Amino acid sequence: MGRYITRRAGYCLLSLFLLSLTIFFFVRVTGDPAALLVEPGASAEDIAAIHHQFGLDRPLWVQYGLFMWTLFHGDLGQSFYYQTPVFDLYMSRLPNSLMLAAVAMIFSLIVGIPSGILASVRVGRFWDSAGKMFALLGLSLPSFWVGLVLILVFSVYLKWLPSSGAGTPLHLLMPAFALGWYFAAAHMRLTRSSMLDVLGSEYIKLARLKGLPEALVIAKHAFKNALIPVITLAGINLVIMVNVAVVVETVFAWPGIGRLLYEGITFRDFPVVQGVVLLGGAMIVLVNLLVDILYATIDPRIRLER
Amino acid sequence: MSTPSDVVVLPSPSPTPRRAVRRLAIRFGDFPVIPTAILLAVALVAIFANQLAPHNPEIGSLTARFKPPFWQTGGSMKYILGTDQLGRDVLSRLIFGARVSMVVGIMAVLVAGVVGTVLGILSGYLGGWVDQVIMRVTDTWLALPALTFAIFLAAIVGPSMWNIVIILGVTYWTRYARVIRGEVLSLREREFVRLAVVAGCSKWSIMARHILPNVVNSAIVLGSLMLGVVIITEATLSFLGVGVPPPQPAWGLMLSDGKQGLMVGYWWLTVFPGLCIMLMVLSANLIGDWLRVKLDPQLRQL
Amino acid sequence: MAGEPLLRLDKLSTHYIAGGGLRVVRAVDEVSLSVNAGETLGIVGESGSGKSTLALTIMRVLPMAAKIVGGHMWFEGEDLVQKTDAEMREIRGKRIAMVLQDPMASLNPLFSIGNQIAEPIRVHERVSRASAWERARGLLKAVRIPSPETRVKQFPHEMSGGMRQRIVGAIGMSCEPRLLIADEPTTSLDLTIQAQYLNLLRDLQREHGLALIFITHNLGIVAKMCDQLAVMYAGRLVEAGPVSRIFNAPEHPYTQALLNSIPRMGERDQRLTAIAGQPPDLSALPPGCAFAQRCPQAFHRCRSEAPPVLHPRPDHTLRCWLSVDAPAERPRVLAGAAAV
Ligand SMILES: Nc1ncnc2c1ncn2[C@@H]1O[C@H](COP(=O)(O)OP(=O)(O)OP(=O)(O)O)[C@@H](O)[C@H]1O
Ligand code: SF4
Ligand SMILES: [Mg+2]
Repeated sequence: MGRYITRRAGYCLLSLFLLSLTIFFFVRVTGDPAALLVEPGASAEDIAAIHHQFGLDRPLWVQYGLFMWTLFHGDLGQSFYYQTPVFDLYMSRLPNSLMLAAVAMIFSLIVGIPSGILASVRVGRFWDSAGKMFALLGLSLPSFWVGLVLILVFSVYLKWLPSSGAGTPLHLLMPAFALGWYFAAAHMRLTRSSMLDVLGSEYIKLARLKGLPEALVIAKHAFKNALIPVITLAGINLVIMVNVAVVVETVFAWPGIGRLLYEGITFRDFPVVQGVVLLGGAMIVLVNLLVDILYATIDPRIRLER
Repeated sequence: MSTPSDVVVLPSPSPTPRRAVRRLAIRFGDFPVIPTAILLAVALVAIFANQLAPHNPEIGSLTARFKPPFWQTGGSMKYILGTDQLGRDVLSRLIFGARVSMVVGIMAVLVAGVVGTVLGILSGYLGGWVDQVIMRVTDTWLALPALTFAIFLAAIVGPSMWNIVIILGVTYWTRYARVIRGEVLSLREREFVRLAVVAGCSKWSIMARHILPNVVNSAIVLGSLMLGVVIITEATLSFLGVGVPPPQPAWGLMLSDGKQGLMVGYWWLTVFPGLCIMLMVLSANLIGDWLRVKLDPQLRQL
Repeated sequence: MAGEPLLRLDKLSTHYIAGGGLRVVRAVDEVSLSVNAGETLGIVGESGSGKSTLALTIMRVLPMAAKIVGGHMWFEGEDLVQKTDAEMREIRGKRIAMVLQDPMASLNPLFSIGNQIAEPIRVHERVSRASAWERARGLLKAVRIPSPETRVKQFPHEMSGGMRQRIVGAIGMSCEPRLLIADEPTTSLDLTIQAQYLNLLRDLQREHGLALIFITHNLGIVAKMCDQLAVMYAGRLVEAGPVSRIFNAPEHPYTQALLNSIPRMGERDQRLTAIAGQPPDLSALPPGCAFAQRCPQAFHRCRSEAPPVLHPRPDHTLRCWLSVDAPAERPRVLAGAAAV
């Protein structure tokens, strides 16, 4: 197990390295990074100064070393627009993003798990097909459009819910729905296939052979086993939600990380864009590592195999 | 329930001709006719946009701003689906938007497919350090949220339709590489490949003549499933202002413009482009699902 | 006839129906047999001959695709085929129990041993948790698991394979059923454990006077354990009768081939594959006798008409044309037609 975790951690470091390399590489290959690092409308002298200041006139590997050096010191640069360190900005927005993601996650699980179970119990029948249609719809509707239509219905016509901003629990409802919608479909699909796996197992057969009522077979023997992969995925998806919320946060003006990214794009605030992408990528790599370790502790087979 | 569900009375077998018809129906009966028709229609609209669009999609008349669709008061048959904040005809913009979605969707899927398939084959067949390098990169990129990555790329290269194609290709090739590599690994052990090796064919000719034709099916299935993803991502990028630049009519861009009129109830600017995206993506997904089951049983659990 | 048997199957048929009725696998086809109280019936047959499907049919725990399409199952005077799902639930695990083949997979990894043994007791007898667990401890002791007090609280992955199989056996015995069906209960155990387990089953049977249906590939086990034997081929019963009679004087060509291929007794997990040729596809059975392709004694009639079920003796069932037609009427099939 110790060796397994070391190996996973090694891969994780490698991934982080590749991530930094990718971002570094793309910024330099697509044009003059100085153009991104100065505020829009800067003069030629300013650009030259930037070149020197950031070592852009030095060899590439030296530049990369510098880039990593500053990263290791938690320095993601300064936002042009807000004139504050990107890292501080990120951290100030993170709680909002997490709150939105948490509510969206709860919504997606409340919808996804029961409908997945229903579909698996009625496999091949009406509710299964209905669930399949629902899942396809969930995967086919862009979340920002769902958000816009929600605003149209609940804010503009019915005037029930605030269309944007944050502050009250009511502000959370629509963004959480728009964000959770896609994930509800994903969780439904996974619950269904996981339930089908479990329902085909020998211990479910034995539970039925014992003469247990079908409700008990499903609720006790199948559900708990089927839930393990769903919860794992939900853990990863929570982090993914934080990182893909950019459109939903833009539509509802929700002050989270996604909104920060959008502001970074519209104000051509390059350090913010780069910082959000780097931190988001790192977060996901780390969560994947965490899940791997968790799995290894839960499932004895993984421990023995490696 | 009075009759238990596991006890049935067996129906008498139907005569052979009808059975043959039913056999055919089972093979092809669930062919997604409507989705295919929708995608074909969108393709035709995209090709003949110049002939079909009643107005110029990029030039509006400022006297005819925010006109509602014809059936609402204030609307007219001149602008069937209304006009936007610059007085441009929504229908015409939708028609030209189909062109953007189709071109970006198909081209991006092609770029991603070609890059991913080639790298997947190299990785799976050559193995060793080539495999290690390609798969490490693939895994890292797969771990990144594709959308954030695409936004980042779009932000540094600047908005243009062809840039978007490249960006989406660069973002999504990893999915092909993973799947194709897995297939190649099992193909490599198959008899005909071994025979080719014994017969002294070179690595490259084996990959091109024996491996490639056998992974094309999977690539097509993946491509049809990716089409929906790519179209949504393109719309998202355009919506955020890093995709197709204005005044070009892209559906995502129209939604972004429509946001301004939303609070005052100009619903047609939001609803129509969204419906178009939904119809197209849903169709692509339905066709992809169908192809997946018919063409490639191994992919079923994807 | 000495009274009504405990379980009597009458022309029972179970088919797997796929593709909207286009593909029908006749896994159990008009099977008639009976089991008396306190007796052991062995069922043997090649892999895929429908043994497990027959067992699951009796339990009425069939996969979705499988349907009972005809026949009766008389158990203590009631027809199980006519039972509703709810009525069947009261019988399952209480009056008829079943032990599955794979002890590793039969226990739910997330619940303790005690919980899983006590479960049927609590459901069927509505006793308190405490007394159900008390019974579970007793059952563990009865299946000879040491220190049952600590074992009840443990989880399946903490047990060895032999222990798990005995626990599954304990679950089967928990409500003192009248009939226990064991579907290849020993295939995954090693020889010593296997022998222990068989002894255990026999002791339990004696103590409780329960009837046993024993599904196996191993004719050595049949000789040791069973009173009656039923031989299945391609979903059909081809010969049935007392073990001693069938072993000494098999009449059906398939049974004969089976016994000729018999390994030395006690050899582990002997698969019955020593007969040349393949069993037929159960979804496209030939019109005549299902064994005709491989039968060394097949003649013309075997290929066109299915042989009838015969009872040469009151306790002997046979499904073969040989005992109907006199030898002179049997033109042999031309050379090469019989695939031996
Ligand atoms: N779910 C299913 N759908 C269709 N056919 C099935 C299904 N399950 C089993 N069968 C078929 O039914 C026949 C009988 O299967 P069964 O499992 O009862 O055989 P068995 O005698 O128990 O074999 P074994 O000795 O290998 O356990 C086989 O030919 C099998 O292919
Ligand atoms: S009926 Fe004919 S083919 Fe079948 S077992 Fe008897 S002799 Fe052989
Ligand atoms: Mg079996």
